Amino acid sequence: MTLKQTPLNAAHRAMGAKMVNFGGWDMPVNYGSQIDEHHQVRNDCGMFDVSHMRVVDVKGESTRNFLSYLLANNVNKLTHSGKALYSCMLLENGGVIDDLIVYFMQEEWFRIVVNAGTADNDIAWMKQQASEHAPKISISDHPELAIIAVQGPNARAKVWEALPGSKELTENLAPFCAAEMGTMFIARTGYTGEDGFEIMIPANAAPFFWATLAEKGVKPIGLGARDTLRLEAGMNLYGQDMDENTNPLEAGLAWTVDLKSERNFIGKAALMTKPPVNKLVGLVLQDRGVLRGHQKVHTDHGDGEITSGSFSPTLEKSIALARVPKAVQVGEPVQVSIRDKMLAAIVVKYPFARNGKSLI
Amino acid sequence: MSIPTNLKYTASHEWVRTETDGTVTIGITKHAEELLGDMVFVESPKEGRKLKVKEECAVVESVKAAADIYAPISGVVTESNSELDNAPETINSDPYSAWMFKMKPDNLDDMDSLMDADAYQKFVDEEAH
Repeated sequence: MTLKQTPLNAAHRAMGAKMVNFGGWDMPVNYGSQIDEHHQVRNDCGMFDVSHMRVVDVKGESTRNFLSYLLANNVNKLTHSGKALYSCMLLENGGVIDDLIVYFMQEEWFRIVVNAGTADNDIAWMKQQASEHAPKISISDHPELAIIAVQGPNARAKVWEALPGSKELTENLAPFCAAEMGTMFIARTGYTGEDGFEIMIPANAAPFFWATLAEKGVKPIGLGARDTLRLEAGMNLYGQDMDENTNPLEAGLAWTVDLKSERNFIGKAALMTKPPVNKLVGLVLQDRGVLRGHQKVHTDHGDGEITSGSFSPTLEKSIALARVPKAVQVGEPVQVSIRDKMLAAIVVKYPFARNGKSLI
Repeated sequence: MSIPTNLKYTASHEWVRTETDGTVTIGITKHAEELLGDMVFVESPKEGRKLKVKEECAVVESVKAAADIYAPISGVVTESNSELDNAPETINSDPYSAWMFKMKPDNLDDMDSLMDADAYQKFVDEEAH
């Protein structure tokens, strides 16, 4: 199978990246040390190629109404142009098709960014729903757009240096808001728990922008550090922390599922009949070892399972997200089965780290 | 990247060095280290443990993944490198110095069943395709 490549593939190789097959994409997992890259983002800034993620534009007169039915979070919270919202897209049975960010561009244009591995399936679902409920809406994806995330306390300043004119446009941009700059789209969003931008840019312009950022001293960061950064920041990863078989209310996503308003949306009826019996919690390992996905968690209230686990470079301990019985409380000791051993861990409130600091 | 010619190698990417006292020293190869990335945890076998060839006997974990270490030949563990407990990253900086454990082989001739540097290089090249 030929792996798909982003427009920055040659740049990664030139920078010494170790490339891996990431869901059919040839992507950089690190450029040396994943731990160094992690600290680089927490302490200064770094850039990520996330062009494998897909931009989908939804356009037409009744787009807002359609998205208010399609998505579990409420797009009516988006009142001014450029504002972003994190949401799940659910099946009728309440399972999670994908998590995404939706940007309100104009009244007849919303832009959605979906995960790479689920993109084709997402678009097919959106089109099917549109054909049944809003046939006049157009849904078009933009694989020709590259996405570069620049993250860290110094990320915004570095982008302003690299991109003349961007400072005036984005200096006053609040978190979770975006602005258009010519053919580029600059959003103050990210997946690291640090400040910064995610920038959509036409594929043919992406290598030059990447090289300019590098000239300004922005270090490239691989998908390895992206995973430990997002885990420390307590952000879910689709396919690990939730999927089509997961109730979002048991995946730490209740804050994104709007069950209170009158609004109907796909999956709502099912979720109303399925009160959650589990919840997502943070774990910090007390013994030596590394927590990993699918390890069994033994609690006083029954068993659970780790959904994402790794070593936290910021805490210098192993941490995890785990789905456990709802009665489990922060501060409780639990046991985790790792190979032939039972290791001690403690339940914590996540996020574990953000803005350069441990929160534990 | 050159593979040391004074060592023997396994298909599971351990290196093995024969010492003058007839014991053997075991670590993981540069190739394995590169596949795994930043090491954060090492668990070596206890002294006195009897091992059969290809038996799972140790674990290394990087940020990315856990990997089992197998006994390259049969024998008894004579020493394990406790310095790696607090400094697993030394495997990254110098995998051919950062040994994991030593064994007294049941039969030192078993070393002949392992690959030499040339054979291991070929093996790694083929595995990449």
